[in-house]
This record gives sequence, structure tokens and C-alpha cells, in this order.
Amino acid sequence: MKNDILKHKLVPDHTILSKTEMNKVLKQLNIHQEQLPKIKSDDPVVKDIGAKPGDILKITRKSHTAGKFVTYRLVLE
Amino acid sequence: MKGILKKISQINFGLLSPEDIRKMSVTKIVTPDTYDEDGYPIEAGLMDPRLGVIDPGLRCRSCGSKGGDCQGHFGHINLARPVIHVGFADTIHKILRSTCTKCGRVLLTESEIIDYKDKLESKLQNQESITTIIKEIYTVARRDKCPHCDEEKEEIKIDKPISIVEGNYKLTSSEVRERLERIQEQDYLFVGVNPEVAKPEWMVLTVLPVPPVTVRPSITLETGERSEDDLTHKLVDILRINQRLKENMEAGAPQLIVEDLWELLQYHVTTYFDNEASGVPPARHRSGRPLKTLAQRLKGKEGRFRSNLSGKRVNFSARTVISPDPNISINEVGVPKMIATEVTVPVYVTKWNIEQMKEHIQTGPKEHPGANYVIRPDQRKIRVYDETKEAIIEKLEPGYIVERHLKDGDIVLFNRQPSLHRMSMMAHEVKVLPYKTFRLNLCVCPPYNADFDGDEMNMHVFQTEESRAEAKSLMRVQEHILSPRFGGPIIGGIHDHISGAYLLTRLGSDFKEEDVLQMLKKSNIPFPERQKGDSWTGKEIFSLLLPESLNMVYKAEICRKCDECLRQECKNDAYVVIESGQLKTGAIDERAYGAFSGKILDSIVKDYGTDKAREFLDSATKLAISGIMKRGFTTSTADEEIPREAKDRIEELLSKSESRVEQLIDAFHNDELESLPGRSLRETLEMKIMQVLGEARDKSGEIAESYFGMDNHAVIMALTGARGSMLNLTQIAACVGQQSVRGGRIERGYSNRTLPHFQVGELGAKASGFVHSSYKKGLDPLEFFFHAMGGREGLVDTAIRTAQSGYMQRRLVNALQDLSVQPDGTVMDNRGIVIQTKYGEDGVDPAKSDYGKVADIDRLIDEMRIKSKVGK
Ligand SMILES: [Mg+2]
Ligand SMILES: [Zn+2]
Ligand SMILES: [Zn+2]
Ligand SMILES: [Zn+2]
Repeated sequence: MKNDILKHKLVPDHTILSKTEMNKVLKQLNIHQEQLPKIKSDDPVVKDIGAKPGDILKITRKSHTAGKFVTYRLVLE
Repeated sequence: MKGILKKISQINFGLLSPEDIRKMSVTKIVTPDTYDEDGYPIEAGLMDPRLGVIDPGLRCRSCGSKGGDCQGHFGHINLARPVIHVGFADTIHKILRSTCTKCGRVLLTESEIIDYKDKLESKLQNQESITTIIKEIYTVARRDKCPHCDEEKEEIKIDKPISIVEGNYKLTSSEVRERLERIQEQDYLFVGVNPEVAKPEWMVLTVLPVPPVTVRPSITLETGERSEDDLTHKLVDILRINQRLKENMEAGAPQLIVEDLWELLQYHVTTYFDNEASGVPPARHRSGRPLKTLAQRLKGKEGRFRSNLSGKRVNFSARTVISPDPNISINEVGVPKMIATEVTVPVYVTKWNIEQMKEHIQTGPKEHPGANYVIRPDQRKIRVYDETKEAIIEKLEPGYIVERHLKDGDIVLFNRQPSLHRMSMMAHEVKVLPYKTFRLNLCVCPPYNADFDGDEMNMHVFQTEESRAEAKSLMRVQEHILSPRFGGPIIGGIHDHISGAYLLTRLGSDFKEEDVLQMLKKSNIPFPERQKGDSWTGKEIFSLLLPESLNMVYKAEICRKCDECLRQECKNDAYVVIESGQLKTGAIDERAYGAFSGKILDSIVKDYGTDKAREFLDSATKLAISGIMKRGFTTSTADEEIPREAKDRIEELLSKSESRVEQLIDAFHNDELESLPGRSLRETLEMKIMQVLGEARDKSGEIAESYFGMDNHAVIMALTGARGSMLNLTQIAACVGQQSVRGGRIERGYSNRTLPHFQVGELGAKASGFVHSSYKKGLDPLEFFFHAMGGREGLVDTAIRTAQSGYMQRRLVNALQDLSVQPDGTVMDNRGIVIQTKYGEDGVDPAKSDYGKVADIDRLIDEMRIKSKVGK
């Protein structure tokens, strides 16, 4: 039996950004997408949500300092 | 100092071929003598003028540049017989062991060769290390028969450090070289040699490079005698033996004599490279001191790497012992006059300051606010002497730079090692003082972690306007009162500042006006307009320091955590209320303005700025000191004295607990003890004993405490947080308690007992390190021994912890040093890669936060409540 890893409490919420959202985020941070933190395409979560190399994931996780924190990762080959 | 900026993309390490050595050489060296009778260097000797010049007055015969600009030129010595290079003896041995004596091929089968070639080439392509594969080849290629020509292979051993032995026959260096020459270029890679930069036979020297004289300068002693560098001595030895060997060989001397000389030449060349090679007696100077040859120049703590490249001595710095000065500001540092006349500040001469600079030069290099050097617009540096100062003043005009002495108000960098956080290097204002120690305000001891038991500190003088400006705005002591570590003050009152403030402000502390004015004058506090006559309370005096709009409530350090807090009516006076800058109730102690926990200080920095905070701290500490001086404050073991009655009670309590332990042990032996869940019977017993004895110590402490009053100076220090703890006091007065090693009672020592004074298997309190006595009464020999065991563990632990955390810190700093917070709050590294989209995920600067939080809501509400009450 395979558990749904996305439901595990230690796995934060990953969502794939649309093209327009991607541009908005990059513009807001004033960076090129290569400057973002990376995530490998063979990462279990990436495989599970079906993200492709070049996609940007929006990761929402719990934070000790801020309560909730949103960060972004670029999916690598 | 202008250089060309180039990025290093690759470094190749290789060997110098004999041809390379001859090509870079400017002359062949033959004569072992250095100078002739007239003191001139001999041609073709070790001091040949073509090897470079040191004297700035002379020109180099090889490159034509003046001494100082010429970095020197190599020469060479042709060795009469080849000699093994010590540094490569191991490699030579490994190579000879894995190659065939007859055909020179590597001892791998054809298929292995193809296999390893593939592996090596792919590693090289990816620029990965090939050492593991080479090591593997060295083991695989240890065959006793050559796979290529079937030649039997004898075992080759190395007789440290440099003898290569085949079977029982010691190979000569020539034979070793011949064998290495036999190896074919196609096999070089398998034995770890890069054919592009080296050949194996180059590891056996036929020609020796002679380093330029600049590398081994001779020194002239006061007596006029010349003393040569150790390397020169060694080269003289080599040349002398080399010459004798050559003569003997040419004269057809017996083989035995030639071999002896050859051996000697090998010895001299070996010690020339490394005079600490194992198995070789070190070459010594006439005085018996071992010579410092090439390897010794580089190796170890005093070697070129660790002492000259990784760490350098710098100019415009000073180091001396520190001592306290409660009269200077936290922003200041007392600099001894002797240092102030030695380290200088460069000042650009302008038409506005030229008169002042002339005055400095007039004062000369020996008197205090003088000057040591003048730099002309053509960058020539001229030393100021009393004889020349008039002439220098004549010529001085805008555009010159005067290196004047350090004087009051200059900004310097002050540092104490280990520099673990940014507060270990802070900018101070100079105050030139007599005597020979650096003086610092006691409030800056915590950030530097300094005390005055012989600590030394370093001072650096800024040399540019930019650095001074930057230091003044970013590094000044007052800018570091709040620590980024926990968002509270790290600079603050310590020791007597705390007990002094408590004695000044506690209930019933009243002062005559005369005393008040004296204290205020001493602390630089302006006299209040309204005179109060002779009825000043300490709280009123302290209130003069507080900003008028300050409102706050907090519980002081002396709070005994009563079950129900009586607030303003607290009988310990521990509930501090400040209304509109007036201290209404509560005594001032560590929680008010102590380092690490000062609430009032914290509030003043955050709400009124660092200037106000510095003023507050300077005045408050002085006020506390004058307060403590009005009364007098001392401590002795008399403070830990308790009445006979208390001693009897403690004795009774302890003996009761000890018999309770005996009961537990009996129950254990009679199998009547019930084990706790998840514990063995033995563990249960141990836990219960620990608990009983722990309680016994605590209760004995409580008994002692109940006889201590607030008129006891040791108790005042412990409760206000000035120094020491109640545990320290009760251990002195009542009972020291259980000693532990590895978190448990003491078990180690003899088999099944701690000491031969006890029965085998004895489990009682005394036998496992319970110290029944107090420090004041004194420990008996057994207790003393157990106490020493526990104490030693503590020392070892701290020693290990500092070493481990030091290494961890080093690695963390190396990994994080290039990260920076951008103006928009993102954290990036030096390539612009985003590390965090918001610093710390909440964007809070911990140094500016309320103990790590954005804001302390409870505190804000409390303040507002008082404010509104005062308003009405
Ligand atoms: Mg010390
Ligand atoms: Zn030269
Ligand atoms: Zn062979
Ligand atoms: Zn209370």
C-alpha cells in the first residue's frame, strides 16, 4: 500500500505556478528564475504533483518565526 | 600597489626537469666558498652576484634592476652522482614496486590496463580526483611475475627514509634512476605521473637548483662578522662533498670510498630539503642547534603558511594588558601614552589644518601629540627627527601627509580573541592615559568576555577617512548595546554596578542632601532645580537618570516568585513601576540595567536611541559606584555563617536522608523494591537514591537560606544577580551534595567499589560520592577525592566543548560568510542566488527586536496602561 505523501504533516504544500504567476513572482523579487532555490525533478513531491523542469513551485510551510511562510523553487532537470 | 586582476582557472603541479633547472639557472655553482679575503663574493660561489642583489645601492648583474626590485635568480649545482629527493622516496618505492625491472612496463595485465585507462580518463575528463584509483593500482600491481615479459619480480622494500632495497641488495640512486627511465610514457598515468608535466626519473636529482641570495640573505653582526643563512650552510656542505666525490671518481679511487662519499652527498641533499626526516640524524649548526632547512621554513605553526600567509602581523596595531577604568565612557578606550606615540593616523595637509600639523611636527616624534613621519606628494616617506623637524616644517604644504600621533577622540578598533561574534571587535574613542595598560569601561567586559586576570587586547588604528566614517556609524560600542543573539542588551552593568544600585534604591535607603549632591556630581548628572532638603530616597536619586516619558513595569531579579504576587505591595520590593520617569516602587538590580537582562536599559536603547542609552549607562554605573561607596561593601566567609541551631537541623535532616538511603538499599537486597516502569531494579534503586539525596541537599539549602537576611552582602549579591548564586552560598554554608561523573553517582575506581575504604558492592551515599560536609566545614579525604572527580569532569567537558564548538563555528562561518540581506529583505549569496525570500522568514532584525519577537505586546499594553493612568 502506498501512502499519499502530500498528506504527511511534514510535507509542506507545493503548488505549480502558472506562466503569469511565475512572471509576477520573478518581477516582485526582481530576479531571473535561475537565481531561485532549486528542487530536483526526481523529488518525490515534484513527481507526485507532476511538475516539469522549468516550472516554479510555490511552497507554503509552517515557520517558527513567521507562522506561515511562502517560498519558491525552480524545478531542475 | 597596483596589480593585474586575473582569475586563476587552474593550477598544475609538476616536476622540474634537469633541463628546466639548467635553463632557469643564471650560473653554475662550483666553489663551496662564499667570500674572498676582501669580503667580495666569489664568482661561481654561493653568493655569486648574478644570483641577485639585496643592497638597494647595487644593481643586479643578471636583470639590471636595483636591490629590492630584483627578486633574485636561481643557480645550479651539477651533482657528481644522482641523488634521491626525500620528498619522493615513497612515490619512487611505489612506482618501482608496480613496474617490471626488465621491460619497464606496469605490472597490470592487458585487460586491466584497458579497464583502468577508461576509469582514469573519465575521472580526468570530469576533473575528479584519481587518487583512489592510483592507490588501487598500486595494490593490484604488486605481482611477483611480469604479465608482459614473464620476468620474475623480487620484493622491493623501502628502508626509511630513502633506501630502496630489492631482496637483500640496496639499489644505488643511479640504478633507481635507470629503472625509472625504463618506464614507458604510455604507463606513466597508471603509476600516478602526469606525462605532460613530469617524468618519474626526475624524482632522482642529477642537478640541484640553488635558490637566489634573496631567499637566504646573510646577516652582519654588530661585531662586523658575517653570519650565513642555514640554507647557505647546507649548500656549502653539498658543494664540498660533491667536489670531493668528483675528485675521487676522477682519480679512480676505490669503490668503497666513492660509495661513502656518495652516501654523504645523499645525506646532505636530504637534510637540505627536510632536516626532520625520520631516520636521518638532523644536521646541526656549530652551536648544536638543528638547521632550519626548506621543509622547516614551511611546516607547522611557525612555518610560512600558518604564520606568514594565513595570519599576518599588521602595522598600526598595538597589544597590551587590559585593566578597568570606571571613569571613562563605554565608548572610550584608555591608550597608554607609549602606544599613542608609536601608532599614527595619516592626516592630509590642507590649508585649514597646516598650522596644526606644523605644531605636531614641531613637538617631534618623542613628545606626545607629535608626528613620526611625513609623506611627500611624490610618496617619499620621511622620518621626523628632532634635528630635521625644522626643515620639514619649512617644506610642508597642502598635499603632504603627516603621520601624527594618536590623540584623544581618534577612532580605533578594539578587539579581544577569540573573536566569536561581531561585538568582539568594536570601535572606541581614544583617550590617552598614563601607564602601560589599555583601560576599558567595565560595561564592555561582557561582549568581549574580558576580565583583568592578565587578559590582553589588540587595537588597530584606521588609516582612511572611509574606514573611520564606517566604523563610527556601524562599529561604535554604543551601537552594539543590543545583541543580535537575543535582542536584549549585552553591554550593561556588572558586579558592583548591580549591588550598588540595589543598595541605593532599596526600601529605607535615604540620603542627606550633601551626600546626594556629591553622588550626582560624581556621576555627571545635572543638579535638579527643586531642592528637596535632607529627605532624598535612593529611588528619587535614580529617577534623575530616567527619561521623563519612561513608563514601565517589570519584576526585578530579587523577586522570590511569591505564590500570589502582591504587586506594588511586594515585601521584597521586587515589583518595579516607573511612571513618567519616576521610580515609584521596586529596587534596581540586574533586571534593570545588567548585561544580558537589563529591562530599563533595553527600553531606553529601543525608545530613546543609542546616545541616550550610552549617557544612561555611563551615569547609572557611576551613580551605583558612588552609592556603594557611601555605604561600603565587602564579603567574607562570615556571610555564610549560620547559627548552631541551623547546623543541628541540617545535620538531622541529612542523617535522616542517609538512613532513608540505607533503607532503600536494604529493600533492594531483600527484593522488596518495586521497579519503576521501563527500569531495572538496579536503575530504580539508583534513581530513588539520587532523588532522596537531591532533596536532602535542597532542603539543607532551604534551612540555611532561612537564616540569611537581606543585610548579608553575599546574599545581596546572589539575589540581585551581581555575582554568585544561592546554590554557591548554601554549598558553602550547609551541604555540598552529590558529586557526579557522567550524569550519575560515582561508580568507577576499583572493581565493584569506588575506593578500597568501602565494602565490595557497597551502594551507600558516602561510598558513591555524596558530600555530606559543607565547604566551610571542610571535606573529609574521601569526599575531597569524589569532589575532585566531579570537578575534573567539568574541566574536561568545557575543554572539549570549546574545541568542538570552535570547529563548528569555523565551518558555519565559512559556509555563510558571503550571504547578505538585500535592500528588499531577500537573502542572497555573492552570486545573487536567493537563499531566503525574506530574512529569517519574518524579516525581523533580532538586534532591533524585542527579545526575538517583532514586539512584546504585553509590555506595550502595560506601558500604555501606566501612561493613561498618569494622564488622568
Ligand atoms: Mg581572563
Ligand atoms: Zn636580478
Ligand atoms: Zn616485464
Ligand atoms: Zn513579590
